Amino acid sequence: MLSLENLTHTIDQALNRSFGPTTVLLVEMAMLSLFAIALFAVLGLVLVFMERKVSAYMQIRLGPNRVGYKGLAQTAADTLKLVIKEGLTPDSADKFLFNLAPFVVMIVAMLLLAPIAFAKGCQMWDMNIGVLYITAVSSVSVIGILMAGWASNNKYSLIGAMRSGAQIVSYELSAGLSIISMIVLTGSLQLSTIITSQQDGWWIFKGHIPAVISFVIFMIAVTAETNRAPFDMAEAESELTAGFHTEYSGMRFAFFFLAEYVNIFVVCAIAATIYFGGWMPFHIGHWEAFNHIMDFIPSVVWFTGKTFALIFLIMWFRWTFPRLRVDQLLNLEWKYLLPIGMFNLLLTTAIAILGWYF
Amino acid sequence: MTNEELKNKFAELLPGATFDETGEWLNVMIDAKEWLPLAAQLRNYFDLHFDFLFCVTAVDWKTHFSMVYHMRSTTLGHTIVVKAKIADRSNPEIESVSKIWRTAEFHELEAYDLMGIKFQNHPGLRRLFLTEDWEGYPLRKDYIDEVNMIKL
Amino acid sequence: MIEEVGTTTEGDLIINVGPQHPSTHGVLHLVITLNGETVKNVEPRLGYIHRSIEKMCESLTYRQFIYVTSRMDYLSSHINNQACALVVEKALKIEVPERAQAIRVLMAELTRMASHLLWWGALGMDVGAFTPFFHAFRERELINDIMEETCGTRLTMNYMVPGGVMADLHPDFQKKVKEFITMFKSKIDEYDTLVTGNIIFQNRMKGVGYISGEDALSYGCTGPVLRASGVKCDIRKLAPYDGYDKLQFEEVIETGGDSYARYLVRMRELKQSLSIIEQLLDNIPEGDFQAKTKAVLKPPKGEFYTRVETARGELGVYVISEGGLTPYRIKFRSPGFSNLSALHHMTKGSKIGDLVATMGTLDLVIPDIDR
Repeated sequence: MLSLENLTHTIDQALNRSFGPTTVLLVEMAMLSLFAIALFAVLGLVLVFMERKVSAYMQIRLGPNRVGYKGLAQTAADTLKLVIKEGLTPDSADKFLFNLAPFVVMIVAMLLLAPIAFAKGCQMWDMNIGVLYITAVSSVSVIGILMAGWASNNKYSLIGAMRSGAQIVSYELSAGLSIISMIVLTGSLQLSTIITSQQDGWWIFKGHIPAVISFVIFMIAVTAETNRAPFDMAEAESELTAGFHTEYSGMRFAFFFLAEYVNIFVVCAIAATIYFGGWMPFHIGHWEAFNHIMDFIPSVVWFTGKTFALIFLIMWFRWTFPRLRVDQLLNLEWKYLLPIGMFNLLLTTAIAILGWYF
Repeated sequence: MTNEELKNKFAELLPGATFDETGEWLNVMIDAKEWLPLAAQLRNYFDLHFDFLFCVTAVDWKTHFSMVYHMRSTTLGHTIVVKAKIADRSNPEIESVSKIWRTAEFHELEAYDLMGIKFQNHPGLRRLFLTEDWEGYPLRKDYIDEVNMIKL
Repeated sequence: MIEEVGTTTEGDLIINVGPQHPSTHGVLHLVITLNGETVKNVEPRLGYIHRSIEKMCESLTYRQFIYVTSRMDYLSSHINNQACALVVEKALKIEVPERAQAIRVLMAELTRMASHLLWWGALGMDVGAFTPFFHAFRERELINDIMEETCGTRLTMNYMVPGGVMADLHPDFQKKVKEFITMFKSKIDEYDTLVTGNIIFQNRMKGVGYISGEDALSYGCTGPVLRASGVKCDIRKLAPYDGYDKLQFEEVIETGGDSYARYLVRMRELKQSLSIIEQLLDNIPEGDFQAKTKAVLKPPKGEFYTRVETARGELGVYVISEGGLTPYRIKFRSPGFSNLSALHHMTKGSKIGDLVATMGTLDLVIPDIDR
């Protein structure tokens, strides 16, 4: 059967036949980085188009439908426009940090693509601390946002950045706690092990109540972490015009914009991996026949299907909910999500010890 | 209170006031100097209780200005118009009533900006619509702006 | 007066909200002093769209000046025109035919609905929900189409003349309005599920931007803002004009005094306006749509004041006539101007988000404030 695993394996073998091990490693690393950049661009284009179509659907509009087939080339045209536009740097801005910030945000988004398993055997870097890596690296993006807000030397940007800082640091706790409660069940930080542990059913079913609680908290927390409405305090265009990226224009603005969408993809991919088995098809216990039928659907379809369903959920939030106020946002985290998350961790641990899961 | 009762009440409060009953409401003509104490009485006397000052404006009568205050009592349902005459055209001054009705603060700013009437003890007299360096007061009858004005 | 740049001695930030800002709905400029996220002071700077309509009116005749006022509160231009037509009629003692009155009321209520719909959408935008805006525009578009058929334009209708209306209703008018009513009734519950019942929206609105009835009166607030604080002030009930006294409708009163109360008042007013339209639609009296008036209108010497209830509150027109062709002095007491003056009182000590939400519930239209 044609699978991505075979393809990568063939390439690896072909390289190994011709070159020495160091050269192979270097060539493969170069190929991966190209792949990451290409993926970044493609994801940005696809997700922006998807967002516009989803919002159009919710708002009884048509959405982009002129450029290319059914408007598919709209985002590409927009990106081209942004590339040609002049990238202004305000006179009083801290030039170095101002120019650095979009790259920090973008690089973080790219780094997060590394441990994600896109299909069976198709993972850039299957490290044994995958989950830890993701939580650690995703927190770096707040530095980029703070940098952008501070260096712009604009009060709107500054307020936006400070809000973003408070928000991301708080919601990281909840996101982390809900992941940890699932780690208690899987017993591994490695993403490939987490996926194979869902051979006989996804964790959202196997872990029943605590897994559902943890999933809900995780989705709320990552919506906040990616600065999406209803938690888009950092941008809050009706309050702070554009928040931390008020002063950015041209391609540097596009980097923030694309990074936001890639971040959404990454968090949804992680949610899909931990709760819905990543590329793992829908299996029920030891129903071998059923499981085999499910296996006929390629793993990459399972992965993208689950991820995009979750992305649609996040987009749905954005186009139907009003924005929270900044103090309500922090109240929600510290007074509700965090205590519930902690309690849920205890519950999961008890369940794991007692073996009350499937 | 009916107009007649209001008139009797005013005769007590302010013996010098004159009245005009041609319009819909009772008009009371007073002098600018009598305005502030009268305003406080109008607002606070329980049988007058004019708690809603709904229109404040200035009129340029070429020889003098007058401030026109329309007020209504939401509890008692009567309405009067007080017209305060400002005789000094070169330096028109009247006491601000923004402490009594807070809506007066904005309306007085408008009158200052467009008619040039100075309100004493106003919390922050400034040009509201026009720039600080604007010369003249556009709603005055002797204001001439060759550039921007439409004449028919 | 606050400087427009820099920080104060206490280390507070001073921020210019506007004149170009997504939530000021036009060219309003607020200089706000912030301590962190908390608003300490709000100072409006006006005049970015000041055209001195009052001065312009002094050189326009009594037939002409009505149409300038469409540009004041462009969302209730019919009602502005109606106020001006009424003041001329009062001065000249013109009897308006019953048919004309009914048409005026129908148009005014349609305008009020269109205005409230736009406000509802824009409020959604202010609190960060984009979708209501498009849903509101779907219905508003139908009203605009109805207006376009009868009046010829969609926004600044210029349909009222002293003595009646400019032209008779379009033959399709009743059919179209009935279609609109059916459509609107099926959608109004959708509004409640999308916005009113949303818990985030309620949290953003309840207890925010509170003003007591006494303070609201002192600040000269009118319309939904004052009615949300529990004070009766509907001019349609208080001093009925154009036959409002013959119609059955309820003056909407809420006692909360906060943004949520103001929201509810307007949402309930939509239903009241709908019921007024329904009562009149099949009972438009036959007759003339315009009274016979002289070609040149010359009101006698005197002072005339009329009040009408626009979508935003009480619009007063104060005309001083010297017996000439043009008014000697004209003053528009616009509802938005007084409502704006209460903004500082309502938002002092609240968060930036509350400031924006409160501004949304005040329903400010900047040309109405600046004139």
